[in-house]
Amino acid sequence: MAAFDIVGKGVPRTDARAKATGSATYTDDIKLPGMLHGRLLRSPVAHARILNIDTSRAKALPGVKSVITGADIPPVRYGNWRLFPNLQDEYALARDKVRFIGDEVAAVAAVDRDTAEEALGLISVEYEELPAVFDVDAAMRRGAPLVHDEVEGNVSLDRKIRYGDVESAFKEADYVRKDTFTVQAVSHAYLEPCSSVAQCDQDGRITLWTSTQVPYIVQCLLASTLKMRENDIRVIKPTVGGGFGGKMELRPWEFCAAFMARSTGKPVKFTLTRREELATGRRRHPMKLISKVGFKKDGTLLAKDLKILLDGGAYNAMGPTATFLCGNFGAMLYRYPAYRFLGLHVYTNKPPASAMRGFGAPQSLFASETQMNLAAEELGIDPIDLRLKNAQVPGDEIPDVATISSCGFRECLENVAVMSDWKKKRKSKKKGYGVGIGCYSFISGGVFNWFNTQYAFSTAEVRAFADGTVHLLTMASDIGQGSDTVLKQILAEELGLAMQDIRLTTADTAMTPQADLGTWGSRVTLMAGNAVIDAARQIKEQLFGAVSARFNLNVIYDLECKGGRVQAVGKPERGVSFGEAVAMVQKTNRGKALVVRGSYTPRRKGLVTPAFSFGAQVAEVQVDQRTGLVDVKNMWTAHDCGTVINSKSVEGQLEGSLHMGLGYALSEQLVMDGGVTVNDTFLDYKIPTALDMPHGVSACVPTYEPEGPMGAKEAGEGMVSPTAPAIADAVHRATGYRCMDLPITPEKILSGMKNKG
Amino acid sequence: MKHVIELKVNGDSYQVAVDPWRTLNEVLREDLNLTGTKLGCGTGDCGACTVLLDGRTVSSCLTLAVEAAGKDIRTVEGLAPSGEELHPIQEAFIEEGAIQCGFCTAGMELSAKYLLDRNPAPTEREIRASMSGNLCRCTGYDKIVAAVDAAARKMK
Repeated sequence: MAAFDIVGKGVPRTDARAKATGSATYTDDIKLPGMLHGRLLRSPVAHARILNIDTSRAKALPGVKSVITGADIPPVRYGNWRLFPNLQDEYALARDKVRFIGDEVAAVAAVDRDTAEEALGLISVEYEELPAVFDVDAAMRRGAPLVHDEVEGNVSLDRKIRYGDVESAFKEADYVRKDTFTVQAVSHAYLEPCSSVAQCDQDGRITLWTSTQVPYIVQCLLASTLKMRENDIRVIKPTVGGGFGGKMELRPWEFCAAFMARSTGKPVKFTLTRREELATGRRRHPMKLISKVGFKKDGTLLAKDLKILLDGGAYNAMGPTATFLCGNFGAMLYRYPAYRFLGLHVYTNKPPASAMRGFGAPQSLFASETQMNLAAEELGIDPIDLRLKNAQVPGDEIPDVATISSCGFRECLENVAVMSDWKKKRKSKKKGYGVGIGCYSFISGGVFNWFNTQYAFSTAEVRAFADGTVHLLTMASDIGQGSDTVLKQILAEELGLAMQDIRLTTADTAMTPQADLGTWGSRVTLMAGNAVIDAARQIKEQLFGAVSARFNLNVIYDLECKGGRVQAVGKPERGVSFGEAVAMVQKTNRGKALVVRGSYTPRRKGLVTPAFSFGAQVAEVQVDQRTGLVDVKNMWTAHDCGTVINSKSVEGQLEGSLHMGLGYALSEQLVMDGGVTVNDTFLDYKIPTALDMPHGVSACVPTYEPEGPMGAKEAGEGMVSPTAPAIADAVHRATGYRCMDLPITPEKILSGMKNKG
Repeated sequence: MKHVIELKVNGDSYQVAVDPWRTLNEVLREDLNLTGTKLGCGTGDCGACTVLLDGRTVSSCLTLAVEAAGKDIRTVEGLAPSGEELHPIQEAFIEEGAIQCGFCTAGMELSAKYLLDRNPAPTEREIRASMSGNLCRCTGYDKIVAAVDAAARKMK
């Protein structure tokens, strides 16, 4: 493996100082002259026909500059699945029907927020309430009310995967089990509420500053919904306070800000409240998962038959991708000679579910990992041994899904067993005590082009200067995960420069090169990283040519960029500083600046992802036998993320994953009463605090991913998945209660213990 | 009726006319353009809006501006001694990797200052308890706890 100067180090984040001093600018911090404040009127009912909207009183309120409804905007439906227009099912403001409590019905822009809020109360909407459906079973029942009149049976999309002979495999099996699991809706709970500011210049171009993970997607969909051209829209991503999948679509307030900025000639800002975020915002899909697996007596897996019903809420959002992916994840980790998957994305009259950290994996893996633990128990095999027996290895092919390149799964299992002292702890008979295991595999970005982009998936422009610095321009979006720093590290490493020699401009659709699909599915390090390397190598080729000519080097000489110099390998005296080399190229080209563009689009990598990461996690719990409260003492994690680019960032991602995984396992749930999200504050929606966190120890299993930049692949998203099944397994050892229905609450534990006697 | 009040923020005095229902958070962010203080929930649950009022942490989203009149208000902008120098807490947050999206950072740093002003050598448990009113969705808190610990040692 190559030795690196900057890659692998825990280099402090590029934006840390700005964030530490409070000077980093988030969208809601932006204030423009004459700016108006927008608010949205949302549906108070889960399903209804809109008979009439009267905005006259709101429009007459002094200070109100614009009131719009679905009737005022172009009737253009949008959605991220642009490749299949029939899946684009949303209007920025409702037309004819509302489909969930919180569906956007009208928007107001006024001189201040209080006036806008007051105006909302003056809009009268006449609804004809319709029967509604609130879970997948009700939605799929014959004769159920239709959420979208044109979608029969409320199933908006199905996904099938099938390979091997599933039926005969089950016949051959010595041991077959079938289980049903359910998982709850949870919130991204990013700390920064969504915010957008739009401005229309005198030339007609709209600039939108918005808290987004996907500036390019917002630009394109804003253009189509406003009936403008893409180049008439400029989207800028300021500093973003977290996303986790919740900010990866065009949203109604982005559209309304832009539309109203154009119609009023004044900048318009929308910022959501936390209540809006929790009560009406995107969430992780609740799912019902029915899984059947067959083994030989010795524990060899023979087949799996998996059916997943996704409770999508009222619109598709990123549900189709989650439907595809949860089927793919069902086939990961272990070798299933025969596999069948049916995924159904079901509409209900609830706030739409969408992408959230793990993108189908937390749900799918909670089921398959819990089922492995159940099977291990009944087969009388240690759960780690059962996993080792069936673990995927490099080179494994999964029909319809992928070929696995780098894979350190076996090593992860072996490591985590040693780290946690598994064999000994697992035998412990201490009352209320248990250890349990869960594992994961995850993608490093997606291949399937559902957005139907016409550009490369990631692009990077590098401009080199005679003063020895470079400027990196990319649409890649840092939303807190640290990609700005990682991309700088990759470029610095390739060009032999220091971090401070690199200037960075990112995520501005007018200034950075077309295009980048955004931050989701753990795609940025691999895809934007590869685009940066492509650009860096083009720069190097030109610098090497100039240095080669200057020193009259034999053509067989190897050159390098190292320590701020461009030189013959092993002969630093035959070389010049980086800046001098740039000046030489510039002179050779008669003053033309040294500017290159690199790009990356995955090819020959199947339809799912260019690379998979792997990991295994052990949880140690102590359960209070009287109260059912779970105290998670320790978590041991071994993971395979390929080359580590930034050690501090990888650790931070893992620690953050543990936080989100812990909440998913024990404390987080958007509680629904019909279509109402009951717990819409952070007092009632409980994300773990600093006191709730277990002690965590992690280890990286070294692998090298040939498709990744410098060998890197995904880190920190997949890790959110193993925590819930690991804790559930530990709780089972501690109490006898086996959780098949997340989250694990004291109430469920106590009644589970009682039933066990 | 608006009240004309004097707010002393980071040592500077500002005279502002405010409606009696406006929060300190709104006045800091909107009238004084001190946007380093964030608004994460508006209900006093997340701690992102934490500022120091006469040395004590308060949720600026639940504090009326008129209540803060005449008191010593400290925000993240007043933490560093100058544009070039940082407060040891800020240095530690940067060095330990305690910052990801950064939206909770200002509130975290001020909660850390409150703790370290009273307890210069807190245990890990004390740090976790003292910071438990500040939510973070990115870091899992480990590096924040490490940063507070590192800051305590720097400030000795």
